[in-house]
Amino acid sequence: MKSVNPLTSIIKRDLVLAYRQKSELLQPLLFFVMVITLFPLGIGPGPETLQKVGPGVIWVAAILSALLGMDKLFRDDFNDGSLEQLQLAHVSLSWAMFAKVFVHWCGSFLPLLLISPLLALFLNLTPAMYWALIQTLALGTPLLSLIGAIAVALTVGLQRGGVLLSLLLIPVFIPLLIFATSAVDSAAMGLNYAPQLAIIGAMLCFAVAITPFAISYAIRVSHH
Amino acid sequence: MFNWLHPYAKTERAYALCNTLLPYFFVTAVVGLLVGFIWGLAFAPSDYQQGDSFRIIYIHVPSAILSMSTYVAMAIAGFVGLVWQWKTAYMSMIAIAPVGAILTFISLFTGAAWGKPMWGTWWIWDARLTAQLILFFLYLGVLALYGAFSDKTQAGKSAAIMALVGVINIPIIHYSVEWWNTLHQGATITKFGKPSIAPSMLWPLLISIAGMVGLIGTLVMMNLKNQILRRELHRPWVIALLQKTENR
Repeated sequence: MKSVNPLTSIIKRDLVLAYRQKSELLQPLLFFVMVITLFPLGIGPGPETLQKVGPGVIWVAAILSALLGMDKLFRDDFNDGSLEQLQLAHVSLSWAMFAKVFVHWCGSFLPLLLISPLLALFLNLTPAMYWALIQTLALGTPLLSLIGAIAVALTVGLQRGGVLLSLLLIPVFIPLLIFATSAVDSAAMGLNYAPQLAIIGAMLCFAVAITPFAISYAIRVSHH
Repeated sequence: MFNWLHPYAKTERAYALCNTLLPYFFVTAVVGLLVGFIWGLAFAPSDYQQGDSFRIIYIHVPSAILSMSTYVAMAIAGFVGLVWQWKTAYMSMIAIAPVGAILTFISLFTGAAWGKPMWGTWWIWDARLTAQLILFFLYLGVLALYGAFSDKTQAGKSAAIMALVGVINIPIIHYSVEWWNTLHQGATITKFGKPSIAPSMLWPLLISIAGMVGLIGTLVMMNLKNQILRRELHRPWVIALLQKTENR
């Protein structure tokens, strides 16, 4: 009998599930676009103002839409018992969680990266700013997924975990927001923004190394 | 290695330890705060630039310094709980959390009151102030997460994980002054070597800090005793204790 790598099958299963629930994939993305649409309406359409607040607006909207979509990360699997099955499965739970978070990132942040050129146009970003923005998004959003997954795993057993999730995660995301927007601001002034990217990259490396263990531990706590 | 610590995993021993330590903390708090505040507020010389309004450092600096150490203490208690599975560790963690949150709030409040005459504004988005505000949010997050669970062991584990995640924030708070060089003045007494504060101002400050440590210890011990009694309400030793107090 051909042996199947359990990790591949987890990834395949989650990808299929995500693909079949298209509306759930699209909703956070639409939310992201709509929040960004609100800002020119709220603060006025002056191109210079928009260019100034643009990077921050995009990052804040990304964090908000991440919080919105994050809640679903383990919810269904928790309710139908798949997570318990995974704990019994012949694969380390940390790897399994890493795979799940990876698929979640593909489903929720990859579309956001793809749609960001449009938003750069909306907010009148220069090409240099846009290039910096997409780099910070590419490095920073996996960090959002990984750290967020810890709090999601902790709150998955609670009835109303949604608001609590935001309370827990927003403070933790603030440093990332600061570095990401300061990178784009440096790009706008034509300065070198490699240091900020390096710091975000370092945080990402650290998160990749540590968070899968924290997530799997949190899942075990939730199945107490 | 931790053999001497193991007995305190039992709630009864931990309760007794609280009772032993409480008077020391209490005396330190009363003496330190009284001496430090009276000396600092009434007798220390006023600053040549800031006049008398600098005197708020005798409240601001102890609470600001200790709010961070208190968070670390809370996270260590959570870590101990996660590693050795002690419920007394979780209880101490959650006994520390509200005290730390209030300290952080005091440091923010006194900082704002100090900022108004000195910087001309109540609030500025300076790195240190922001980091302190994040610290406050982190405390609230830990407390909210703990409160959300009805099973308190699970609550303790979850809050401990979140406290450890938040510890990442502590170095950011610490180094933010160097990373973003902004309005907030640099460290006065924590740097090595000669402090950039006159001894006549430094001594009352150090005594206030010691007093504040005593106050935190007192509050945490009282809170922890409360936690233990509430959680162990049906244990024989608690019932015996309660009967003894009633008969008195």
